[in-house]
Amino acid sequence: MPRFLITRVASGLGVLLLVCLFTYLVFFALSPDPAVQICGKNCTPEVIDQIRGNLGLDQPFWTQFFHFVVGIFAGRTYGEGVGAVECAAPCLGYSFQSSQAVWDMIIQRLPVSATIAVGAAVLWLLAGLAGGLLSAVKEGTFLDRFTTGLTLTSMSIPNYVLALVLQYVLVVKLQWLPFPQAVAFADDPGQWFANFVMPWIVLAVGYAAAYTRLTRANVLDVLRENYVRTAYAKGLAQPLVWRRHALRPALTPIVTIFGMDFAGLLGGALITETVFGINGVGKMAADSIARNDQPVIMGVTLLAGFLVVVGNIVVDVVYTAIDPRVRVNA
Amino acid sequence: MTLLQVRDLTVTFPTPRGPLDAVRSLDLDLEPGGALGIVGESGSGKSMTSLAIMGLQPRAAQRTGSVRLRDQELVGLSEAELRRVRGDRIAMVFQDPLSSLNPYYTVGLQIEEAYRAHRPGTTRRVARRVAIEALERVHIRDAARRVDHYPHQFSGGMRQRVMIAMALSTEPELLIADEPTTALDVTVQAQILDLLQEIRRETGTGLVLITHDLAVVSEVTDHIVVMKDGVCVERGPVEQIFTDPRHAYTQALLDAVPRIDDEIGALRAVTAGGAGDAAANDKKDGGPA
Repeated sequence: MPRFLITRVASGLGVLLLVCLFTYLVFFALSPDPAVQICGKNCTPEVIDQIRGNLGLDQPFWTQFFHFVVGIFAGRTYGEGVGAVECAAPCLGYSFQSSQAVWDMIIQRLPVSATIAVGAAVLWLLAGLAGGLLSAVKEGTFLDRFTTGLTLTSMSIPNYVLALVLQYVLVVKLQWLPFPQAVAFADDPGQWFANFVMPWIVLAVGYAAAYTRLTRANVLDVLRENYVRTAYAKGLAQPLVWRRHALRPALTPIVTIFGMDFAGLLGGALITETVFGINGVGKMAADSIARNDQPVIMGVTLLAGFLVVVGNIVVDVVYTAIDPRVRVNA
Repeated sequence: MTLLQVRDLTVTFPTPRGPLDAVRSLDLDLEPGGALGIVGESGSGKSMTSLAIMGLQPRAAQRTGSVRLRDQELVGLSEAELRRVRGDRIAMVFQDPLSSLNPYYTVGLQIEEAYRAHRPGTTRRVARRVAIEALERVHIRDAARRVDHYPHQFSGGMRQRVMIAMALSTEPELLIADEPTTALDVTVQAQILDLLQEIRRETGTGLVLITHDLAVVSEVTDHIVVMKDGVCVERGPVEQIFTDPRHAYTQALLDAVPRIDDEIGALRAVTAGGAGDAAANDKKDGGPA
């Protein structure tokens, strides 16, 4: 493994540890006593003490935090003796609400969220690149101005509003899409696809608009570069100048931004999944926040941080492959 | 037969205050194997002249007059016909070699591309050999290895050598060098000028050298055209211009060159003949009408 990758992974782990610490700190300081929460009605002080003991809530902050971090890598055991619960690595604790392991909850819901994220990403990349290129080629024409207007409009529509309008228009009024039902792709591909079309669109629209603006600006910038003038002076035809000398430099920075955006999609999924009632990681996060389910919030926060860190490293690696100037001498 | 004959070349830009001539009624003559210097300050229209010769002026600009390359008239040619001239019969070297080379491709590919654009059907192997030979001709050591390097792996002077190698790969009749040494430090400047001289001797390529630096033209060219505000103010053999400048502006340019035997004092501004600040104000008011 090249050295730069090792340092990037190490610093990534450092970032995750900090994310962990701060989230832990916030909930340690702010949340009401989890033991009371778990205990529910008909609670006695003895039971509460027992729960505190089992969860280690009677320990000082740093001890609790240490156990939490160790649990992620090595697993941990809650309680002692007969009632002890073994939590295998990677252990993120148990939901205060459902007593399920947080790791299992995330793993269960991840495929749905990933489907939404990947579908939306494909959609916005296609729309953004096509729109941006078209706009740049037709700079100053009606088409360019129309595209600009459209992107500005769609960037200013909040996606929960768009979600509700789409649902109302496409499902209720026009009935172009069937009512969402939980199906597996293999059982009913049509229904499966219909379920995801609206979340994809809603999640993609804002990004597609931003990518259209970005692509247009990048292409127009690069066309003013001296090396494009050189290419024309060599006698190359315009299509070749565009394809070889303008597109690659114009699109390379978009890789970085795409990596960041894709890694940070969990935030967008939170709203989209909640509005469409899709049981993914985003909705789980929203629910756990509403119910102050600390272990789940911690788990989702760490997952989001993990994705951003991994996304960054992937972007760095991809960049060394596509931009000769950043090839690392290691 | 004259290699390059420019008559009444005018490049006009539309502006909100009416048309503005970046170049007006310019005549140029260059014999085969000759070297012509075009001298002037920034904004004098010298770079626009070089672009207009190749038909590479900005799309908004209008080019009129006549540009003849041997017996072929270039004004009025279609894009496709101009493409056959660009890079093949007339090649260009630009001011800033770093930004003029595409950072994403090896210098080899960029030279091969120039060659293959005008020799359809050339295999990559042949083009690669041409590229290596071109790099050797501009004295880049270890050319067979350097051909696979990217522009950022070369120093400033080496990059300009790459640009020159690229321009020469097609054995052009005319080489236009637009401020080829301005972005380089003084010792490297001298090397690049020597290289241009050597190439001219060996290949008989005609050279149009555009610069603001009188020392540079005096070294390389035999004739000089002095431009100001898009117009030729003086022309003649190098010796005549240097010893007996007729126009006040040329005199001012010559005076502005710092000399080793000068008394120590402030640098002289080019003010004679309405140059300097007066010229800048002219531009804002719509330029010379």
